[in-house]
Amino acid sequence: MIEVLYFASFREVLGQSQESLPAEHGTIQGLLEALGARGESWREALLENQNLQIALNHDITHRHAQIKAGDEIAFFPPVTGG
Amino acid sequence: MFPQIKIQTEDFDLSTEIKQLREAYKDVGAVVSFVGTVRDINEGDDVSILELEHYPNMTEKALEKIRLEAHQRWELQNSLIIHRVGKMYPQDQIVLVAVTSKHRENAFLAAHFIMDYLKTNAPFWKKETLPDGSERWVDARVSDKDAHSRWLKD
Repeated sequence: MIEVLYFASFREVLGQSQESLPAEHGTIQGLLEALGARGESWREALLENQNLQIALNHDITHRHAQIKAGDEIAFFPPVTGG
Repeated sequence: MFPQIKIQTEDFDLSTEIKQLREAYKDVGAVVSFVGTVRDINEGDDVSILELEHYPNMTEKALEKIRLEAHQRWELQNSLIIHRVGKMYPQDQIVLVAVTSKHRENAFLAAHFIMDYLKTNAPFWKKETLPDGSERWVDARVSDKDAHSRWLKD
């Protein structure tokens, strides 16, 4: 299994902050395609979002990164701290 | 040594923090600190409440990475980043970046660098509540990205 986390506006638009999913997608892009198939809000927030930020096990990464069981993947919009 | 990364809901006191930052070093020649505060206006609208969300576990790691990079780039003695989360109000303090060095140039540059990187690389998100009760997420600014990029040219 993998843990998938959603933050800030994504958490609100997608209606959840965290879920466990089977580790069957190979890459983050594969996972994004599966999530995008859930509907329009998922597709817009994640799959088609050019500003999508991705973290793999707490480090910023990209869509082509490989994922494996036990990984924590987080999706969020550009950060606005400070 | 004391914690050099602090994520907290409570306010901080600049004098107390700087005193601790300097304590172990007798040859400090420069202390540079930056305090970010909540404005009562953003994009032309009055702002009543600012709420900060973060990504626990990743936040500490991201800030420590930024802090260590500053220590690699400049000769510093100590450094501290405090970022508040939760609900804040106009004039409240949000963030503190403080560094100590033998010489002021390193301290100024490092504090500026840490703040610019924090704006683009640390997982914090701001949400504003306007006087009518409506809420909106603050969009990332192109100027923050530009500020981050200028350190990559070195």
